[in-house]
Amino acid sequence: MSAGHDAPPYVPVFQGETKARLEALAERYPTRQALLLPALWMVQEAHGWVPPEGIAEIAEQLGLTPATVRGVVSFYTMYHTHPVGRHFIQVCTTSPCNMCGAEDVVRALLEHSGCGEVGATSPDGRFTVIEVECLGACAFVTPLLIDDDFIESVTPESVPALLARYS
Amino acid sequence: MGYPHPIHPKETPVLSTYFGDPDARSYQGWVARGGYQALRQTLGMTPEAIVDEVKASGLRGRGGAGFPTGLKWSFMPKDGTRPHYLCCNADESEPGTFKDREIMRWTPHALIEGCAIASLAIRAETCVIFIRGEYTEPYRIMEDAVAEAYAEGVVGANAMGSGKRIEILLHRGAGAYICGEETALMNAVEGKRGNPRIKPPFPAVAGLFGLPTTINNVETLAAVPHIITRGAAWYAGLSLSNPKSTGTKLISVCGHVQRPGTYEITMGLPMQELIFDLCGGMKPGRTLKAVIPGGSSVPIMTPDEVAACATDYEGIAAQGSLLGSGGMIVMDDTTDMVYQIMRLARFYAHESCAQCTNCREGTAWTTKILERILRGEGKPSDLDLLLDLADNMTGKTICVLSDSCATPVVSGIAKFRGEFEAYLSGARTPIAVGA
Repeated sequence: MSAGHDAPPYVPVFQGETKARLEALAERYPTRQALLLPALWMVQEAHGWVPPEGIAEIAEQLGLTPATVRGVVSFYTMYHTHPVGRHFIQVCTTSPCNMCGAEDVVRALLEHSGCGEVGATSPDGRFTVIEVECLGACAFVTPLLIDDDFIESVTPESVPALLARYS
Repeated sequence: MGYPHPIHPKETPVLSTYFGDPDARSYQGWVARGGYQALRQTLGMTPEAIVDEVKASGLRGRGGAGFPTGLKWSFMPKDGTRPHYLCCNADESEPGTFKDREIMRWTPHALIEGCAIASLAIRAETCVIFIRGEYTEPYRIMEDAVAEAYAEGVVGANAMGSGKRIEILLHRGAGAYICGEETALMNAVEGKRGNPRIKPPFPAVAGLFGLPTTINNVETLAAVPHIITRGAAWYAGLSLSNPKSTGTKLISVCGHVQRPGTYEITMGLPMQELIFDLCGGMKPGRTLKAVIPGGSSVPIMTPDEVAACATDYEGIAAQGSLLGSGGMIVMDDTTDMVYQIMRLARFYAHESCAQCTNCREGTAWTTKILERILRGEGKPSDLDLLLDLADNMTGKTICVLSDSCATPVVSGIAKFRGEFEAYLSGARTPIAVGA
């Protein structure tokens, strides 16, 4: 998955139903810039990441400069500025989880996903695994997000069966 | 999804009464459990009367600062013609804190009702609930509940047929701890980078979109309907230790206890009972080493301090720490304090918005120095250097993220100095961390 010469042409996001969703939101806020975070989510939902063309499209839709949009994209960790695997795994390794074995879960995820290292995508394009700071589920060690699925109490032993659910 | 524990006899379930009861999630289920009576009641009250009732209850902000809620509401303009906003802070991201998540996933209508009542109290027609991006499940549940509340006419242009407008908007964050800081949250909603703003002006003067704004935590707002229906006197009477700390508090306990989870206690319950009776204490053969009682930003407590501590604002302050968000991290004797303090510093270094030099540089250097101590490459002067850095990170920046990084370092060195020195002297085996 690369954005090189063979990448398919960018398909605009804000048309039809998605454009209607954006404009329905616009009626509820006093500025168009307030739609920026929601609009970025819509682009990421459609493309799996926020490509430069998506930044340009949002800038045009909201009447902002591309630089303003890029500045916001780079501030928030959940927007991907490059393509990631089909399934994006975020594992909490902050202190409460760390004390209870989160780093062992990361090792198991890297091994069984084929990613090898944190931040890398597996050769089959299936997974990317990253460590993240506190996911707010500290009693359910180790919590992780696979795409939008919030999964609790993951152990190194439960990792293979968990990954098998994502093709 | 993690299922809550059965209620312990020493708990006082108010907000948590229906945690674990999926039927309480729907509008019908919530109404059948007495929901929306408080909103109906407050629609017939003046804003002043609502504020007075909440003031009399003694309710204080549950997000960390503990500021009196009714007083905060009273700062909003009374005669202005400009629109007012209510923000609900559902950006729960403080390590160790996971109580607001339980409120949203089990009792979403409790939060909507609290938001609606607070909107009336501060003369706001719009409430924006800002939910952290990682909380996908609570977001979905809140989304369904808000749609139901609109469909049932509870909120909207004519809330419960009262002629009053109460709009509820959900706004999803995108991964930034700092957006839990109130003005950073407002910038995020406005579609900007989540940098905290210089205060003054305070939000009640110029908040969201430059308009008068009140911002409250999820737990604070969810407590409001109970205060309305059961009365301020009842709420104020829930106090075991100090009359300035009233009501119940959700304490999310994690780390090395046998039964981690979210517990609801009456303010003032001895911390020893919370950790050892409610949470089952340490695993067999282990002993308590340290507690961070209020989210990772507060000073670390020793077992002796825990044993003497009442769990409320004043009780924890008397032991040199803070109730904060009520996110309690419990550590047993197997814990490497130096490593875990480094891990907390790394958290703050990652989450610094980087606009203040002392924070951007201070959090990064604190982490690097702790890492080199762990690698066995520390210098004897490093502890003094860390304390000097911490001094320059405290009270010097726009928001308190920098202070929050310094706090566990300072209290950690003060209370567990020997562990740092063991790495410095080579008595402890180095760990390969960092660059």
